[in-house]
Amino acid sequence: MIRFTLGRLVSLTASLIVASIVIFAVVEVIPGDPAAFMLGVNARPDTIAALRAEMGLDEPLIARYAAWVGGMVQGDFGMSWTYKTPVATLIADRIWVSLPLAIYALALSTLVAFPAGIYAASRRGGAGDTAIMGATQLGVAIPNFWFAMILVLVFAINLRWFSAGGFPGWADPWAAIKALTLPAIALALPQAAILARVMRSSLLDMLGEDFMRTARAKGLTHRQALWRHALRNALIPVLTIIGLQFSFLLAGAIIIEQVFFLPGLGRLIFQAISARDLIVVESVVMLLVFTVIMVNFIVDLTYAAVDPRLRARA
Amino acid sequence: MSRNLIIGACLTVLFTGLAALSFLWTPYDIEVLDIPNRLLTPGGAHLLGTDHFGRDILSMVMMGARTSIAVALVAVGIGMGLGMPLGLWAAARRGSLLDDVIMRGNDLVFAFPSLVIAILITAVFGPSAVNAIIAIGIFNIPVFARLTRGAALPLWERDFILAARVSGKGAARISAEHILPNIANLMIVQGTIQFSLGILAEAALSYIGLGAQPPTASWGRMLADAQTLVSIAPHVALIPGFAILLTVLGLNLLGDGLRDWLDPRIRVVRT
Repeated sequence: MIRFTLGRLVSLTASLIVASIVIFAVVEVIPGDPAAFMLGVNARPDTIAALRAEMGLDEPLIARYAAWVGGMVQGDFGMSWTYKTPVATLIADRIWVSLPLAIYALALSTLVAFPAGIYAASRRGGAGDTAIMGATQLGVAIPNFWFAMILVLVFAINLRWFSAGGFPGWADPWAAIKALTLPAIALALPQAAILARVMRSSLLDMLGEDFMRTARAKGLTHRQALWRHALRNALIPVLTIIGLQFSFLLAGAIIIEQVFFLPGLGRLIFQAISARDLIVVESVVMLLVFTVIMVNFIVDLTYAAVDPRLRARA
Repeated sequence: MSRNLIIGACLTVLFTGLAALSFLWTPYDIEVLDIPNRLLTPGGAHLLGTDHFGRDILSMVMMGARTSIAVALVAVGIGMGLGMPLGLWAAARRGSLLDDVIMRGNDLVFAFPSLVIAILITAVFGPSAVNAIIAIGIFNIPVFARLTRGAALPLWERDFILAARVSGKGAARISAEHILPNIANLMIVQGTIQFSLGILAEAALSYIGLGAQPPTASWGRMLADAQTLVSIAPHVALIPGFAILLTVLGLNLLGDGLRDWLDPRIRVVRT
């Protein structure tokens, strides 16, 4: 397990280094001067020079990269040009919308997908299975921002159960959760569909295994064997998918936040894009990539701990 | 032929047909604004109604189909065109440093949240259909590279490949003449799946304003424009969404159907 963890740590570090270089490079290769790009065509030369100095653009490339990464390691993401606020503060304010939204959606999709996938697998070929598989085909094909608009139309505009957008803050937790409910449902739908399909096929794979025949031969009913033996083994691929889905949820949250006018990281990134505040864009993207790589690392470790076979294979 | 294959093929033909037809004819010119006739409900002279500028929605859906299909198709082309040779190369040099470098590179691209990087690319280089294609295409490369390598590896152990080597063919020629035809089915099926994911990604990027720019019509943009009108004219928001849904559904069913029809043993990676 120690060797496995060390191996994963090395690839984690390599991924983070390459990711930071790529993000830094993409921003660096902007044609022309980043300071001039940020300030637009009407900027005065002395303003550009001031921003160049502030961004450290007169320093060599390597030094700038080192300063950027070194700062982030210490929690210093630089200073936003448009907000005149440390980027870390901006992120800290917004993350309390985006992160709970992603977790809420993950919980919803798991809650729906597990029973649906298990039910479909246990009734393979039956009407229930066909209905659930048909529903997942639709779930995978629906663009979630469009589904969000339909949810607003039905539940906010017609039924008036929820507000159509905005976020009241966490002072009133109930109101905050209510405001995040429609966005979380919209975000969860495609992931729930994928997860239910994986759960079903993973369970069906298990049903053909020798240990299942042994369990049945020991006198367990089909359902008992399914719950006690198949389900536990079927969870490994499901866990992997849940880990992968986290990155989709974070990215999806960026778009869903636009539909519901939620003041999360997605809004921050778009405001920064339109204001050409590259320092904010660069740091938020790096943070999102970091989170995704970390989540996948944790998932890797978790299922290696659960299943010794995976450790041996790696 | 399965029911999936038939429904999927019909939907795909319908939308590609609409896109192709839009080059020759659309019911109305979408660049002409007709404010007196804005937000008409479906029926009458405008089969699917009009939007807030009085533009014919059917014509815009047809033009949008063109954008979506073009972006997704070229993005799949990039993924296949670069990913397949990389996968074939890695398989031909299996176990070597080159194989390792190619596969680790793939893992790295997989680790990035694709939409976030697409946002970064379009934010820096400016929103356009071409940048959307590049952003979506990059993330197709590792999908095809991995799949190609995985499918090609067992083939290299087969007798007919040994025979080809004995007859003096090099790795590149064997890959092109013997490996490729044997994995073509798999590529076609995965291509359909990536195509449908590309349509969704294009719609998402243009919805947030980072895809095709006006006056180019795109389904994502139509939805973004319709967002504030959803309470007064729901059809303006519903129709482009159904267009995306049906196209993606059609491609997914087509992919599933093709897989079962061509070879029931092959498995497709869904990301």
